[in-house]
Amino acid sequence: MKCQHCEKPATFHITELADSIPEELHLCEEHARVYLMQADEPDEANPSIAGALAQQLKISQTADELSQLDKQQCPICQISFYEFRHVGRLGCPHDYECFDQQLEPLILNIHGDNAHVGKQPRRGQPGSNRQTELIRLRRQIEEAVGKEDYELASELRDQIQHLEEEP
Amino acid sequence: MDLATLAQQCGEWLRGSGPESDIVISSRIRLARNFSDFPFIRKCSPQDRSTIEQRLRDTIDSISQWSNVSYIDVDALNDVDQQFLVERQLISRELADASDARAVAIDPSEQFSLMINEEDHLRIQVMKSGLDLAAVWDQIDGIDDQIEEVVNYAFHPTLGYLTACPTNVGTGMRVSVMLHLPALVITRQIDKVFRSLQKISLAVRGLYGEGSQAMGDFYQISNQITLGRSEQDLISQINEVIPVMIDYERKARQFLVSESQQDLHDRVSRAYGILCTAKTISSEETMHLLSSLRMGVNLGLIDDLEIPTINKLFIHTQPAHLQKISGSELDTADRNIERAHYLQKHLRRGSDDGESDSGEQN
Repeated sequence: MKCQHCEKPATFHITELADSIPEELHLCEEHARVYLMQADEPDEANPSIAGALAQQLKISQTADELSQLDKQQCPICQISFYEFRHVGRLGCPHDYECFDQQLEPLILNIHGDNAHVGKQPRRGQPGSNRQTELIRLRRQIEEAVGKEDYELASELRDQIQHLEEEP
Repeated sequence: MDLATLAQQCGEWLRGSGPESDIVISSRIRLARNFSDFPFIRKCSPQDRSTIEQRLRDTIDSISQWSNVSYIDVDALNDVDQQFLVERQLISRELADASDARAVAIDPSEQFSLMINEEDHLRIQVMKSGLDLAAVWDQIDGIDDQIEEVVNYAFHPTLGYLTACPTNVGTGMRVSVMLHLPALVITRQIDKVFRSLQKISLAVRGLYGEGSQAMGDFYQISNQITLGRSEQDLISQINEVIPVMIDYERKARQFLVSESQQDLHDRVSRAYGILCTAKTISSEETMHLLSSLRMGVNLGLIDDLEIPTINKLFIHTQPAHLQKISGSELDTADRNIERAHYLQKHLRRGSDDGESDSGEQN
């Protein structure tokens, strides 16, 4: 496939979801860079995550595999891989575990490394299962409120309070 | 904190002092941090955002040394006030444009700000005038420790600090140094320099991070990699590159002085002339001309202006600052008139001080 703006082969395939109708873009590296520079987040020196992802997924996945992958969901925050792939933002800390196979090559691609060597929090991390459980309960509250099941929401709130008060 | 009072001051990053401050405007570090027991911002309910905001507010209140820190509810600010904080680099555009509970805590000297519910739950930023990353790191490391005494951060044994975007995972740290590089722009060497920076994984952005457009020839150099290197390593890398950039800019200035002093002097004098006499002027043109003027003062071509005055004009002629200082909301056309008026008041020579001619401008 050729780039939409020139004769070079398109190596970046971007789906823009900013408007209601998804827009597909097929660009060569140079035009992709120009395009992504415009669309860049204002605060961030982001190496375009969409570009890096698109490139990585194109190399390693067939279309079928990709559509299967897109359906995967985090059991804690319920974000789908599709959603992450398109917005470039994860839904909760647990996503780094449940999407680890997809994220590892991406992280290597961005950082050239996959292990942190810098600062550590001073105090030990308390049981991460409890933290993850809290995130799950917070989502369930929102669902319960959405269904107007205030009794369940109240029970869940008690559970959160109980967990938070555990030493 | 009263934003109208703040508007009269210059802010830390344009104070114009500190090492190498003719070229290096400011040194800045930010850390991205998240609570371990909440989803990232994208999956937070409005209730979650409020709870996070309240919890961080309580944390800030509990730190006794921070009793003079101002806490600002960004959700409650009008557009001009939000824009005002963006122009001062105290909050990001992303925080200004978001919705629901979000806030910023700012210390009185404007050296640090804590953004709450931006892309991550907490973004700590420390900024100092001139080139002084070691001092910036010392301060931000301490702030991070103080907050961490009260808060459990999302941290992974292998991946480090977990962030909403995998581009920040690990240290969660972005180191940025802002440089004023007018001579590299004039001599058309800037793109070449930036390409070589990109090869070593450093990013280059404009003043407010806007695309590739660099207003007023201000450029921010920052790290892209956040994982696999320690904070000290990342800072060292920037610290090694900046003197090279300073050297390039100084050489380009010397080249302009030796090879085309007359053209250079003409450019600077014309910029001064327009800034002193225009009746209506856009923000872009002002930035562009102030940039030439700033270089002219640094090279000794203009001797009746001080760098702090020019730095102040860079910030005070921004749209929201003009409106805060004039005390009224102005549309673009009125701002351009007010900006020209403000510039004249502060640049015109021959009068004893800025005040004496202020009454006869209209």
